[in-house]
Amino acid sequence: MRNHALLVLLFSSITSLSQDCNNSLSGKVTDIHDGQLLTGVTLIVAETDQAVQTNLDGTYSFSNLCNATYYIQVSHPYCLTKGFTVKVSGDTNKSFKLEHHIEELNQITIDGKAYSDKSKTLLENSINQEYLERYSSGSLGDALKSLSGVSSLNTGNTVVKPMINGLHSSRVVIINNGVRMEDQDWGAEHAPNIDINSVSNLTVVKGAGALQYSGDAVGGVIVAESSKVPVKDSLYGKSLMTATTNGRGSALSSKLTKSYQNGWHATLQGSLKRFGDFKAPNYVLSNTGIFERSASLQVGFNRFDYGFEGYYSIYKNEIGILAASHLGGAQDQTRAIESAIPLTIEDFTYKIDKPKQDVSHHLARLKAFKRFNNFGKLSLQYDFQRNNRLEFDIRRGDDKEKPSVDLELDTHTVLLDLESELKDEMTLKSGLMTRYQNNFAAADTGVRRLIPDYQMYDIGVYFVADYQLSDQLLLEAGARYDYSYMDVFKFYKTSFWESRNYDQLLPEIVLEEFENQILTNPQLNFSNGSATLGANYTFGEDYKLFFNYSIASRAPNPSELFSEGLHHSASRIEIGDLRFNSEISHKVSLTLQGDDDNFSYSITPYINTVSDFIIIEPVEVRQTIRGSFQVWEYRQTDAQLLGVDVDASYAFTNNVRLNSQFSLVKGYDQTLDAPLIGMPPVNISNEIVYQNSEFNNIRLSLQSAYHFKQNDFPNNNFEVYVPQTETYQEVDISSTPNAYHLLNFNSNIDINIKQKSTLTVGLKITNLMNTSYRNYLNRLRHYADDLGRNFLFNIKINY
Amino acid sequence: MQTIWAETFYLILKSIIDLTIQKNKNMKNLKKMKNLKFLTAALVASSLFIGCSKDDDPQPVNEEEIITTMTVTLEPADGSADVILEFSDLDGDGPNEPEITDGLLAAGATYSGSIVLLNEAEEEAENITEEVEEENLEHQFFYTVGSGLDVTTSGENLDDEGNILGTMFTLTTGTVSSGELTFTLVHEPTKPNDGLESAGGEEDISVTFNVSVE
Repeated sequence: MRNHALLVLLFSSITSLSQDCNNSLSGKVTDIHDGQLLTGVTLIVAETDQAVQTNLDGTYSFSNLCNATYYIQVSHPYCLTKGFTVKVSGDTNKSFKLEHHIEELNQITIDGKAYSDKSKTLLENSINQEYLERYSSGSLGDALKSLSGVSSLNTGNTVVKPMINGLHSSRVVIINNGVRMEDQDWGAEHAPNIDINSVSNLTVVKGAGALQYSGDAVGGVIVAESSKVPVKDSLYGKSLMTATTNGRGSALSSKLTKSYQNGWHATLQGSLKRFGDFKAPNYVLSNTGIFERSASLQVGFNRFDYGFEGYYSIYKNEIGILAASHLGGAQDQTRAIESAIPLTIEDFTYKIDKPKQDVSHHLARLKAFKRFNNFGKLSLQYDFQRNNRLEFDIRRGDDKEKPSVDLELDTHTVLLDLESELKDEMTLKSGLMTRYQNNFAAADTGVRRLIPDYQMYDIGVYFVADYQLSDQLLLEAGARYDYSYMDVFKFYKTSFWESRNYDQLLPEIVLEEFENQILTNPQLNFSNGSATLGANYTFGEDYKLFFNYSIASRAPNPSELFSEGLHHSASRIEIGDLRFNSEISHKVSLTLQGDDDNFSYSITPYINTVSDFIIIEPVEVRQTIRGSFQVWEYRQTDAQLLGVDVDASYAFTNNVRLNSQFSLVKGYDQTLDAPLIGMPPVNISNEIVYQNSEFNNIRLSLQSAYHFKQNDFPNNNFEVYVPQTETYQEVDISSTPNAYHLLNFNSNIDINIKQKSTLTVGLKITNLMNTSYRNYLNRLRHYADDLGRNFLFNIKINY
Repeated sequence: MQTIWAETFYLILKSIIDLTIQKNKNMKNLKKMKNLKFLTAALVASSLFIGCSKDDDPQPVNEEEIITTMTVTLEPADGSADVILEFSDLDGDGPNEPEITDGLLAAGATYSGSIVLLNEAEEEAENITEEVEEENLEHQFFYTVGSGLDVTTSGENLDDEGNILGTMFTLTTGTVSSGELTFTLVHEPTKPNDGLESAGGEEDISVTFNVSVE
């Protein structure tokens, strides 16, 4: 390529005579991938041999040019050199784009964004690879909650579900390598099926503005991406090992990439995690072990103007659920809540017994793209996912080894996306999505289906455009429309069907009547519109203001529509309503971002108003042979969530830095004028970091995290008759745990072993003071304390 | 479904491998070949997937484990008529209220009690007591006598390790009185134990009857 450019240079020396030669040519040079300004780019005018370099703003300027056509060679150390023909007429402005390759090898880091923006008018919070590696033995949710405004809804310490600005489950969309995860995400106790070690960059968009991914992200979008492979001949990889004292287990992960100058590349990655029972400060949390395995293979061919890629990953996770949380009715629940320690504590074991979850997730993706001149980048993607979810309860007799829940969810998606640059200042992203989904609930579980069999067809179209109005101001607007059709086969209990008057209201959907059940065929349609409008304003030297208003519409999920019966893991009867419509959220957020020499910060207040917000709340207590159970029914209401996220970072010296975070969110049910359940309490975290790149890149940090007590919560307590005491006792399922303070320590140091290999050794201690605490957002908080102190030793080798 | 899957994957992988090999042989035609092959693979794959949906109506699930009915038979030592206490709730966790039959006992008498659990939700009613007795180590019945009722109870039958199982019990009545009598079956209790409070486990049954002694 370089030779080619030089040849062109030699043959294109046409000089024009007798003209006005006082014109200037100026502009900027950006990276074609992400629009990042490139500094230190050399530009040579072939005809005059003038040479300049771009300055820190990525701009350049030539003077004394004539009204003529010039050939300009543009080169940069990390880019392929390119030649451009430019017609100069008067003072001319021309910007160039180079393909800026990311040098991943041996941690040569260069300034520039390796991952593109998901939304230009919503502040994105990202977690890079180095940071993710510190969570290698944990889960995706553990790493995410280190971001301000992101918390997690836990079931124990191994099922960690991310929560953005107080919303979770179906309201948070997770994109894994360009594929929307379809893994029965509606369940509060269903964690995302992604191995954290397969992710190189995690981005959280706290809003629905990223319409290219979905229109129903009422809470926000989480984007997990794997690293980009450089177009050069190379073979590199890394291995990570973590051993922990709490859980007495370890996590292993390895990744190997082979790449060629001609664009071919392949990456193989695998992880293995095995932990036994974890420990609270004072006792073993029996049956909380985890066994996670995952592997992925990526093969692709990448040239600047076209490329394709195949990706396949398998993820399998077996998770034990705290033995003491397995309960019968309300009388049981009362005893478990009243007891200061879990009612089942056994010796440490690696064995994962029932109750447990056993989930596997397959993901296959084929993607191809081509860049067309004056048209844009067109990509076509097909992906397939198969999620198989087994949940095992403690059962009796022949059913002992049978799962109580056995669901298989298959999803096929075809995406067609076009990213076009209409003008230098304007880009347009548009696309089309079609999806087919089939859920199959096995009949041989001996337990009535929690989620019915259904087929779902979706189609979506979107566009998002941004326009750089001036150097300071960028505007963004987008819209999306999704249509979904659900064809459901649902068995209702005859007694339930009649008690709801459905036999009068919906007789047309009955297919067949059995002895005490009715087979129905609800066919549901949802038309959802969503839109975003935003601006990004840069002022002064260091300030940026983001403004975004997004509308998101979410169709009710199968659990909200079809629940009808005992939900064992929640120890309550749950009832949905098949007549629900979509919930619609309006979210306005504003961010002020400042970046001084040694002080940077961002403040993001937001307000999210959701109409027809679907919540579940208790309505009565029902007597069964197993004692009393609380009945929770889904209901639609109007809700409002408001809050603010603050991040700040101050550098005392080159090596010492203080990072602070503050998140606050308040949620209200406007119909009842009552607080929403499960809102994260206010939390503040401060971390002092010492890092010295001259001394083996040593990094030491001490973090203090303070979680306040949640004072705003609905009172869902109920009274239950306890025959043993012959009294009505209040079952306190609402009270929130006390505030707590945790200290975490983290350290790592690099050791060079060979020229191309680095060894990083680290020690991390979580809950340094071994504090006993309970977390409001842990669904098992009623039954046991959270994790005690944990020492994590990790070793990483880059090669 | 599974086999179609395997085949499709094979197809996709094979086309990728083929492409890799072909690249070296035939650099010039590569571009066209590749696009064509890739598209074909993708199309075939998607048509295969979408082509195979399940057309049959799903079958109803009969709840195998559910206990719908508990019958406590109290046989007096003097040979008079048995007293039957019964709790029956055929729709399980559904909205219908259970049917409860309370009992009348004679004062100063001794009864030998036995408990039978049934699942009447299945077409042929299943006797769950047998399962409980088979898994005697993992089960225990507890009896709770309300304060007004002058009755004492003791579990009779034992599990394989000599701890109480309690599907059979003895009930002795005292003076004329009335009150509640509660039967609780715990699955996976800590054994031996000092009673329900500390037994842990999960309640499979918790049923209260109103009993009078006359």
